[in-house]
Amino acid sequence: MAMLIRDLRIAFRQRAEIMLPVIFFVVVVSLFPLAISPDPAVLKTIGPGVIWVAALLSVLMSLQNLFRSDFDDGAIEQILLSPYPGALLVLARVLAQWCVTGLPLILISPLLGLLLHLDFHIIKVLFVSLLLGVPYLSMVGAIGVALTVGLRQAGALLSLLVLPLYVPVLIFGSNAVVSAAKDMSYNGQLLWLSALLVIATTLGPFVISSALKVSCSYR
Amino acid sequence: MGEGTGDIPMMEFLNMGGYAGYVWSSYGIVVLVLYLNMFFSRRRHQALLRRLKRLHNSTDNNES
Amino acid sequence: MSKVDKLWLWFHRMASPAYFYNIAGRLLPWIAVATIILMLVGSVGGLVYAPADYQQGDGFRIIYVHVPSAWMSMFVYMVMAVNSAIFLIWHIKLSDIVARSSAVIGASFTFLALVTGSIWGKPMWGTWWIWDARLTSELILLFLYLGYIGLRSAIDDRRVAGRAAGILALVGAINIPIIHYSVVWWNTLHQPASVSKLDNPSIELSMLIPLLSMALAFKLFYLFIVLVNSRSELLEQEKRSQWVKELVTSQ
Repeated sequence: MAMLIRDLRIAFRQRAEIMLPVIFFVVVVSLFPLAISPDPAVLKTIGPGVIWVAALLSVLMSLQNLFRSDFDDGAIEQILLSPYPGALLVLARVLAQWCVTGLPLILISPLLGLLLHLDFHIIKVLFVSLLLGVPYLSMVGAIGVALTVGLRQAGALLSLLVLPLYVPVLIFGSNAVVSAAKDMSYNGQLLWLSALLVIATTLGPFVISSALKVSCSYR
Repeated sequence: MGEGTGDIPMMEFLNMGGYAGYVWSSYGIVVLVLYLNMFFSRRRHQALLRRLKRLHNSTDNNES
Repeated sequence: MSKVDKLWLWFHRMASPAYFYNIAGRLLPWIAVATIILMLVGSVGGLVYAPADYQQGDGFRIIYVHVPSAWMSMFVYMVMAVNSAIFLIWHIKLSDIVARSSAVIGASFTFLALVTGSIWGKPMWGTWWIWDARLTSELILLFLYLGYIGLRSAIDDRRVAGRAAGILALVGAINIPIIHYSVVWWNTLHQPASVSKLDNPSIELSMLIPLLSMALAFKLFYLFIVLVNSRSELLEQEKRSQWVKELVTSQ
């Protein structure tokens, strides 16, 4: 718990880190009407997918720095050597990361929904789907980061490693919103998102701490 | 084999009922990729053997 | 010695590099011959003796390379994942070697499944690509393979690379059923009216034999490649050891 608060405090000090992914999110979403068409009918159709993909990319972008500074000054080894279970500390770290980057993305998504002419009830579903999906993206992304943190070209490799794992969440998340737009049931999709989130949250920290141990032995 | 079209059986076979390009390119690329895998695997092995032979021969000479 | 002791002893001997290198070397010619024979049987059976499909004509014959490729792409990944698990849990080096040796051939099979599927699709659906469940899953599988290969080559230390990539392979393997399910589900939503032409019609015996023959041939080919690559890896890793020295200078 103390770890979590400490992480949050550190993270909040770096304002740029918070704003950057959000700005990126907004910019990317804004590009689509420019690239395709500002016609509300078109935007309503592509809106959910666009927002989801943009959110996914923004999370990916924000993850790059997740463990890097800790890694560089050896803090990671300290964490792993501490008497507290590594998985718990990792969970705290990822949770802090998500609060700082994922949560703002989720909170600003309704605004982006408005930009793309989505109806209010659709925006509600969008919000919930992102609320369930983005933590998953953060956790699974953190696995990729933990595996590549010591490497030079970490960024590109990270994307390649992690994107296949993002596919199910993207499919269910985006589709939940699209189904809502068509007045069809979307509960199945949300259930899937919840299930995936639970799996990721329970298994993820263990995998991440193993991956960090491996990365640390590589110096 | 097929209906009497006047083609000799071999031509008909190669023509694959009109799908010749597709079928033969599929099989062809499979053969190519598998062959390349085999070629590069064996080449690596043989190159390693040669390199290690040189390595150990030279160290033996240095030792003796 | 009890049966269990004998098994353990055999297992231990197999994991010994020199022994494995030797046995693998002696098996290789036999595997090669068997592979070639089975491929001929499968190809001839598929191209000549199997009947043409009612709807798709002779274009259907691509199935005899497409389906075995797809099967192998999955099979090899499973082998990689299992061996990664063995390496991570019990630290058996040979498992890491087998996993590493399988990556490129596995990716090749995935690539072939995609290409043959695409070529098959052109006359059937009229387009070079279609986002159907199987092809999309294969595409994602290809990314998983490429990620594995990329991670392995990015890390210089062999042992660390093995462990990192091993974790990745396991995470990927756990995800594959989920990914596959979600892609299938996604696809049924967007399915055009006609049934996916890649669905196999009812299989007769004359179709089954070439198919299984090719599948077995591909498996044996994979085994061949893995053994050759593993032998190379062993030489590389053990280059300073006595048995390698003796092996190399005696030639």
